[in-house]
Amino acid sequence: MTELTLSKAIGAGLRRALLDDDHVLLMGEDIGDLGGVFRVTDGLKHEFGADRVVDSPLAEAGIVGTAIGLAFRGYRAVCEIQFDGFIYPAFDQIVAQVAKLHARTAGTVTVPLTIRVPFGGAIGSVEHHSESPEAYFAHTAGLRVVSPSNPQDAYDMIRRAIASDDPVIYFEPKRRYWTKGEVDLEHEPLALDKARVAHEGTDVTLVAYGPLVATALDAAEAAAEEGVSIEVIDLRSLSPIDFDTLEDSVNKTGRVVITHEAAQFAGLGAEIAATITDRCFYSLEAPPQRVAGFNTPYPPAKLEEHFVPDLDRILDAVDRTVGRENSLTGFVAR
Amino acid sequence: MPTRLSEKTLSEKTPAKTGAEIPANDSHHGDGPVQLLTPAGVRIESPEYDSWVEDLSKDDLLGMYEDMVVVRRFDNEATALQRQGQLGLWPPSLGQEAAQIGSARTLRKDDFVFTSYREHGVAYERGVRLEDMTKVWRGTANSGWDPFTVGMATPAVIIGAQTLHATGYAMGIKRDGTDSVAVAYFGDGATSQGDVNEAMVFAASFKVPVIFFCQNNQWAISEPVGVQTVRPIADRAPGFNIPSIRVDGNDVLAVMAAMRVALERARSGEGATFIEAVTYRMGPHTTSDDPSRYEDLGEHEEWAAKDPIKRFEAYLEGLGLLTDKVRASVKAAEDDAAKRFRAACIALQDPEPLTVFDHVYAEPNSGLERQKREFAAYLSYIEGGTR
Repeated sequence: MTELTLSKAIGAGLRRALLDDDHVLLMGEDIGDLGGVFRVTDGLKHEFGADRVVDSPLAEAGIVGTAIGLAFRGYRAVCEIQFDGFIYPAFDQIVAQVAKLHARTAGTVTVPLTIRVPFGGAIGSVEHHSESPEAYFAHTAGLRVVSPSNPQDAYDMIRRAIASDDPVIYFEPKRRYWTKGEVDLEHEPLALDKARVAHEGTDVTLVAYGPLVATALDAAEAAAEEGVSIEVIDLRSLSPIDFDTLEDSVNKTGRVVITHEAAQFAGLGAEIAATITDRCFYSLEAPPQRVAGFNTPYPPAKLEEHFVPDLDRILDAVDRTVGRENSLTGFVAR
Repeated sequence: MPTRLSEKTLSEKTPAKTGAEIPANDSHHGDGPVQLLTPAGVRIESPEYDSWVEDLSKDDLLGMYEDMVVVRRFDNEATALQRQGQLGLWPPSLGQEAAQIGSARTLRKDDFVFTSYREHGVAYERGVRLEDMTKVWRGTANSGWDPFTVGMATPAVIIGAQTLHATGYAMGIKRDGTDSVAVAYFGDGATSQGDVNEAMVFAASFKVPVIFFCQNNQWAISEPVGVQTVRPIADRAPGFNIPSIRVDGNDVLAVMAAMRVALERARSGEGATFIEAVTYRMGPHTTSDDPSRYEDLGEHEEWAAKDPIKRFEAYLEGLGLLTDKVRASVKAAEDDAAKRFRAACIALQDPEPLTVFDHVYAEPNSGLERQKREFAAYLSYIEGGTR
């Protein structure tokens, strides 16, 4: 076991992939000498050379599009999109090209790309640097979408993503880059499409992924002090979603709260709420609740604490599911 | 019957040139496109380009001719099949045969092409079966062939997207240290797309063996090329440090010569070349289009007089190659191709409903598997009343 930050754990996973398979290469803006704006690829160009850790021209469609051509030639490119809000210029190459190629060629062409995207807010940044675009990609057939929440998963999942013959969008919780944790560099990683019970509980299932898993765990701790037992599920995979694990949990607790930073409307929470309602209808004690970003552009930094779901907003939703007083009921006179 | 250039004969026949250079007068395209045959089929001498086609034998020339004739016939048959309801849509390549055959016929098997959807002549030269070219348009599949068996990717419908794939493929060739070449085919409209410009940036920065082959057929559906550019398209590439050739796209000899210059540059490590083949879309954009709403008939007539097949025919007649026997043989070849294509196209079967779930992912996917199970149960329920 080694103690690593989440960003170093991704770097260690990338390094391992470069060592294990000489058809793996990294492409992106500033990933070479600089080591990426978040230093995730720190030292890799020095170790593997500029041919395998490629500083690309400043063109996101170009990065992803050329990676497709490399895939035709047998290469496994790992593309870095510098920030969440910069992925849109590559949207066509991702959703119309990468995602569909295997199906439209009747399985003859595989596109084993990994597209790394630092995502999410609460880091005091400027516009286009704090977004959560995962629903666009989860909605797109042919892509796998994942997001780790801790250093061990960051390491395991980047390795699984690169090894996968499917294209994987790997969303990195950028405000958790500096979270430290013990990482086993040698164990057999959990399958990429499996959710994880991050904290066991009996009263409410709280579903989170990426940056909000830590918030959800804090909420579980706070709720426990108030006598409510929360089970936290770390989704890990956003497409496909491990509904079997969710179903087991909700059948036990009878209540579910889903939280993400992305806008609530047509977000992943909607899909989860609908599917859980369908599958667990007779176990549910309360309507599924969502705690998400608003349907607004990501706000200026001085407002983001109100936009990004936090412990209090999550607990307010938990209170709604257990029938305690909450923001909708107002304070009930005693 | 003329045969196609095999890899072997081609490598023997390609003139042993080193350091292919684009003639200086091509850095400015004011003198008109490179031409080796006048519209009347008269051979024009070109000190810069003659040597690139001087190896072509009688059989090679007749083979080029036959391929153009067969592809035009196939294209017309496909349009007819659309009119008869056998295809949902068809984008004719009518008029662009020289640009496509002249360039693709001189490729090697290990080269790889990434095209748009009008490159039927290119697909034919790569060895794609005619009926396979129509699967997409009949609606029986989203692609007609295995890209790796013919060295040609599934055509891109999103305009210009494939130029990046070709460039990335060329990055792979360079890594592998081989002398294969990637070719991107696209049209004049595509040159306005960001992807095409990004592809040229990547190609120049990494100096990779890719050829940007632009068929300027003067139209992007209803928009004339003047909406895309106010200068010759070939003038753009030098700004990316990619040399360019502007060639008469209805002159199959000139196209082949230009392509060979570009291939030689790519194979010898000199990087990308941009070719603008100036041609004309003689048909509609697709069978759903109505050019009478926008096309100038005078211009259409002007280009009809520059027809690539008639021109080459006149040239071959001048050489005394078009004997009655040859004409009969070419006619038999096109009739046979058309007959077999028609039958094979009409015989293409509709896919089974559950195949919609096939190959969406390369690895098992729990979400999709559940949808497939549920849909299968639904189908058997409505069909047989059982689960």
